[in-house]
Amino acid sequence: MTLNARIKIQRDGFELDVQLDVDEGETVAVLGPNGAGKTTLLRALSGLIPIVGRVELAGEVLEDSETRVRVPTERRHVGLVFQDHVLFPHLTVLDNIAFGLQAQHRADARHVARDWLQRAGLEDKATSMPRELSGGQAQRVALLRTLATEPRLLLLDEPLSALDVTIRAEVRRELSRQLASFRGVRLLVTHDPLEAIALADRIVVLERGHVVQSGTPEEVTARPRSRFVADLAGVNLLRGKAHGDHIKLANGASVAAPEAGEGDVFAVIHPRAVSLFLMRPEGTPRNVWQGETENIDLHGERVRVRVNGPVPLVAEVTPSAVRELHLHAGAPVWIAVKATEISVYPA
Amino acid sequence: MTQLRVPAALVALAGLGLLFFLLPLAGLIVRAPWNQAAASIGSAETVTALELSFFCSVTATAIALVLGIPLALVLSRTSGTLRSVLRALTTLPMVLPPVVGGVALLLAFGRTGLVGSFLYQGFGIQIPFTTAAAVMAETFVAMPFLVIAVEGGMRSLDPRYEEAARALGARGWMVFARVTLPLLRPAIFSGAVLCWARALGEFGATITFAGNFPGRTQTVPIAVYIALETHPDSAILLSLVLLAVSVAILVAMRDRWLGAP
Repeated sequence: MTLNARIKIQRDGFELDVQLDVDEGETVAVLGPNGAGKTTLLRALSGLIPIVGRVELAGEVLEDSETRVRVPTERRHVGLVFQDHVLFPHLTVLDNIAFGLQAQHRADARHVARDWLQRAGLEDKATSMPRELSGGQAQRVALLRTLATEPRLLLLDEPLSALDVTIRAEVRRELSRQLASFRGVRLLVTHDPLEAIALADRIVVLERGHVVQSGTPEEVTARPRSRFVADLAGVNLLRGKAHGDHIKLANGASVAAPEAGEGDVFAVIHPRAVSLFLMRPEGTPRNVWQGETENIDLHGERVRVRVNGPVPLVAEVTPSAVRELHLHAGAPVWIAVKATEISVYPA
Repeated sequence: MTQLRVPAALVALAGLGLLFFLLPLAGLIVRAPWNQAAASIGSAETVTALELSFFCSVTATAIALVLGIPLALVLSRTSGTLRSVLRALTTLPMVLPPVVGGVALLLAFGRTGLVGSFLYQGFGIQIPFTTAAAVMAETFVAMPFLVIAVEGGMRSLDPRYEEAARALGARGWMVFARVTLPLLRPAIFSGAVLCWARALGEFGATITFAGNFPGRTQTVPIAVYIALETHPDSAILLSLVLLAVSVAILVAMRDRWLGAP
């Protein structure tokens, strides 16, 4: 069972253009900032909004704009779990879970629903109303409600982001367990890299409606191809044109990097490879710029300093270095980066 | 929070407006022949009018529910010109003088009317001046109140409940019966109460289209109007009954209408 989708949606000046292939047994996370089109993608796959393109699930065409095939949502056997559960407020927990089974005209709907509750350890909530549940419980019930219908494709829309940080880890563990035992295609969308890395085998990065990168979590974070991913991996990402031993940035600044190659490239610089000085440093580094401290962020034992200049960079230093350099927002500072610390790959 | 001071002149005008509401009610209560109350309200004609009013208004509300909820649903799912036209059509009876509504009903369902002539010649069915006509007149005037309330409820309903139901495999009817309708219960309830109150007080369209036949079409408002000439005391008492019903509705719906900040 696989999902093959080629989806184009255009509306209100926003364009979503995505090709997505997900195999059975694989969990794919679509990761992107808010407004990237993640929820639109899920709604398109569930048939709630029409598309230009083609969606095929397990060999069955769910939608094809060319042949005008369009299977309605209720006949797609696609399970959609919303960000904030959307449990039916007027039905008990048990009836919420039985709802999808009753839609399939199963006489044992409530019996099966009770089994699902039991297995999840929530049988004492069977007669509760959704408003009596905690956020975590409600989201777990919402997941059970969808899983009970045994969908062929499971779509999760930011399943954890509406939850308190304190219970997120617990629900994530259960979600991870449920995903592992789910037979079918699994796709989740999220703006939280932690959620993506914890739950997915493969990450697809979506920005402004387009896929900018795809790969295992390790691949994606090691070689980011977008500012969004670079930020969440905590590295500096530069883009420019390589000319042998240096890279020319769009603003005209030049960054020395050995064996940069030729053509459009990305350059990644880890903040720990960025050094800060009060005076222009003497010695080997060829990449030396003067800049202005923009802000200072404390991350545990390390301090991240964002410096504006010809090449804006984030440096990671110790708290004592901040004191010695008299760093504060607006303070002038020199930056140095060893050319050998810059990793370059084609864009 | 500081409140804006209202100029004294406006306070005076507001008081005058309030007084204008209060005085007639006070007149009704002060002039009521309380010593005859039991006898007058218990009299055969009064009981008949009350029973008929109750039957007609409840039937009209039931019809409005059956036809009005689907109408509200359709109205809430349309947009553009079609929506404007549909909306104008459904709200027209709210602003139309009830007498005009009665005349219009006569022209449509009267013995020589558009549909009425067909009914009369084809099946010998005659609608005007029957209890059915009274029910129709009340439905015509009162249904828009229900439609507007339910449509408002429909529009403020989170569409994701219906989407979730569909994603779980529910077809149209199941989504409507098990999700949409229950979630609309508050809107339907308040719409039905408004509709019933309007039907109960209906006068103009009813007397025009259904006439004044005790036991058949003489509802309480018509009885009040007729009695004012001959038995003013019983007219006052019947008015009080209607007033009591209105107050009861206000109390029952206080959270919805009076509780709002």
